[in-house]
Amino acid sequence: MRDVFSIASGLIFGLGLILGGMSDPAKVKAFLDLFGNWDPSLAFVMGGAIAVGVFAFAAGRKRETSWTGERMEIPTSKVIDTRLIVGGVLFGAGWGIGGFCPGPALVALGSGMAPAAAFIVAMLVGMVVHDRFLAKR
Amino acid sequence: MNIDWNAFTPWASLGGGLLIGLASALYLLGNGRVAGIAGIVASPLRAVMGGGSLAPERARLLFILGLLLAPWLWQLFAPMPAATLDVGWPTLLLAGLLVGIGVRMGNGCTSGHGVCGLSRFSGRSLANVLAFMGAGFATVFLIRHVLA
Repeated sequence: MRDVFSIASGLIFGLGLILGGMSDPAKVKAFLDLFGNWDPSLAFVMGGAIAVGVFAFAAGRKRETSWTGERMEIPTSKVIDTRLIVGGVLFGAGWGIGGFCPGPALVALGSGMAPAAAFIVAMLVGMVVHDRFLAKR
Repeated sequence: MNIDWNAFTPWASLGGGLLIGLASALYLLGNGRVAGIAGIVASPLRAVMGGGSLAPERARLLFILGLLLAPWLWQLFAPMPAATLDVGWPTLLLAGLLVGIGVRMGNGCTSGHGVCGLSRFSGRSLANVLAFMGAGFATVFLIRHVLA
């Protein structure tokens, strides 16, 4: 059952990204182009997701274990530090340059878009570079 | 500011958002985990690089498999919507590198800090979201309206 929840979550998440328009880097960039021909659609993706998420997290917070009996792993950190902000800025810059964030890049890869593979390999390299050389010690 | 009404897809985007929220709810309530894709990718990667076991990564790997299969499921019912990339490979590699470093340093991306973090009213996530949204707007502004 755990496996069913895992794969179904990934599938539904991916379908949501496709339906919402996030799997098209051009649409993502049109959303980020506030001062050009702005396409506000993706704000509706975030709004819709949070509208459901608020109830899910309110329910999840009251539980000790999940439906399948696993411990609830909801983040507890409240630390706002330089790394959180610099990390966000670097991510946002990469997002603006390529039009891909991690989820949509995986969906694009699944759909057979070859350049998405290059993006993902570079992203994995970036993650390793961070963990090897830039991680907090 | 000029809104591109022809490209505007509020209903489809809202529907997509609701599906993403539903998926995050299933992963949270079903498996007790936060559907943050940066972390879902980074954790098995760390296991592989460190020579650790992939067994604890099962839920994450299956979630990734679901994401990869989503376009196949979609195409059983409808053609994939157009997806256009306007940058070449070297630029895309730079973008990927920045995204990889950034999401690890900030510990999350559009899903973990964006959808899940804001859904649980986390101030920490809001700070990260403001940073990446601001940087995203600024980057596209620079590329399209200053450098171009």
